Amino acid sequence: MSSEVPGDVKAALAAHAFFKGLPEGLLAAATSAARERSYRTGEFLLREGRAADEFFALLDGKVALEMFAADRLRLTVQTVGRGDVIGWSWLAPPHRWTLDAIAVKPTRAIAIDVSALRGHFAAKPADGYEFLLRLVPVLASRIQALEMQLLEADVL
Amino acid sequence: MSSRAVTAASVVDAGLSPYAPSPYLVRSRTEETSDIATLVLEPAAGVTMRPFVPGQFNMLHAFGIGEAAISISSAAGPSGELTHTVQSLGPTSKALFSARPGTCIGVRGPYGHGWPIEAAVGKDVLLAAGGLGLPPLRPLLYRLLAEREKYGRIEVVYGARTPKHLVFYEELQSWRARNDLRFQVTVDVAGREWYGDVGVVTTRIPDTRFEPANTVAFVCGPEVMMRFTAQALLARGIGPDSMYLSMERNMKCAIGLCGHCQFGPDFVCRDGPVFSYRRIGPYLTMREV
Repeated sequence: MSSEVPGDVKAALAAHAFFKGLPEGLLAAATSAARERSYRTGEFLLREGRAADEFFALLDGKVALEMFAADRLRLTVQTVGRGDVIGWSWLAPPHRWTLDAIAVKPTRAIAIDVSALRGHFAAKPADGYEFLLRLVPVLASRIQALEMQLLEADVL
Repeated sequence: MSSRAVTAASVVDAGLSPYAPSPYLVRSRTEETSDIATLVLEPAAGVTMRPFVPGQFNMLHAFGIGEAAISISSAAGPSGELTHTVQSLGPTSKALFSARPGTCIGVRGPYGHGWPIEAAVGKDVLLAAGGLGLPPLRPLLYRLLAEREKYGRIEVVYGARTPKHLVFYEELQSWRARNDLRFQVTVDVAGREWYGDVGVVTTRIPDTRFEPANTVAFVCGPEVMMRFTAQALLARGIGPDSMYLSMERNMKCAIGLCGHCQFGPDFVCRDGPVFSYRRIGPYLTMREV
């Protein structure tokens, strides 16, 4: 399968802020299941409630992470762009997306089939640990942002 | 707050009391949001406007109601106007917010230490503002742009709760159009009508461009925003001596006598409101302060 992955996808993934410097084997496993995708403005990368089966590394553009509340329609809680990653619901049951992600500008991303990553982590737990060391700071920053949103809600 | 009921003679105490306000008239009023207004003030007859520096504040007096400490939001300078941006929160600020052109308002000040602009000469400059933290940084930004050649890269990050909470909306467009300044605007949450960035101020810090060892940061906003922004800037390599925060506390006398605004060992009105992070950083995470 890796032979089907274009060289520019390999290069783009290796240069992406999240993947840069990760162990070669992990990078190879991610690359083997990677596809470059382009999204037009208004196109969804993922939808709340659907199976979380991909991990996205953004190359360009802008993506809004949206929540849907019946009384307030759609609310964007954060926008992300080049160098950011989207999607960790595949790491925790029930493996369903908990947000919508929609392109608000023409966007390019590398989508990685997470079954390849799961298989690699099962075989090489040390690589899984390396991956989590990259992912946890992303989660921490998003949680901190939510804390600020909550704390500022009454004072801004 | 009737402009007819209050005259200069009735409120000026011949300069004998440090608490006596000088009468100013509201020249114009711009409603920034549903509860924030910017008032341009001019001294009443016989009153001379006192010079101020970016980052200082005045005590604004709503006659018959009370006084509130409000940062100066206009450019400083001998011919500069005196502008305050007020959010309606309590009775005094509500009266100030509602003041129409011609209304007489009492002003005493300016007070406090402003932004240490000289520390930024020859360096990159980062301004981070949250909510009503932009008005106290606005005079600083004007000063930086007026002497643009003295500074390196200028980055501004401004965050508000939602798009409808953004202040100085027209100026934001002109600042963002400049090519000698990078001005990022973000909001905490937004609907589909907003095409800009969404996320708290700290989410934009990784995207700012500066040389950490040669950068001075000026931060103003709610304390929680300043706390997390300072952490993000420290992580980017800006030192605690190169980061300045403007504190807001319950200021009453404004001259370091009453103690209402005590923050750790300092009185915000007298020793601040601008402090280095080195000075006040440890107190930002103390519940007891």
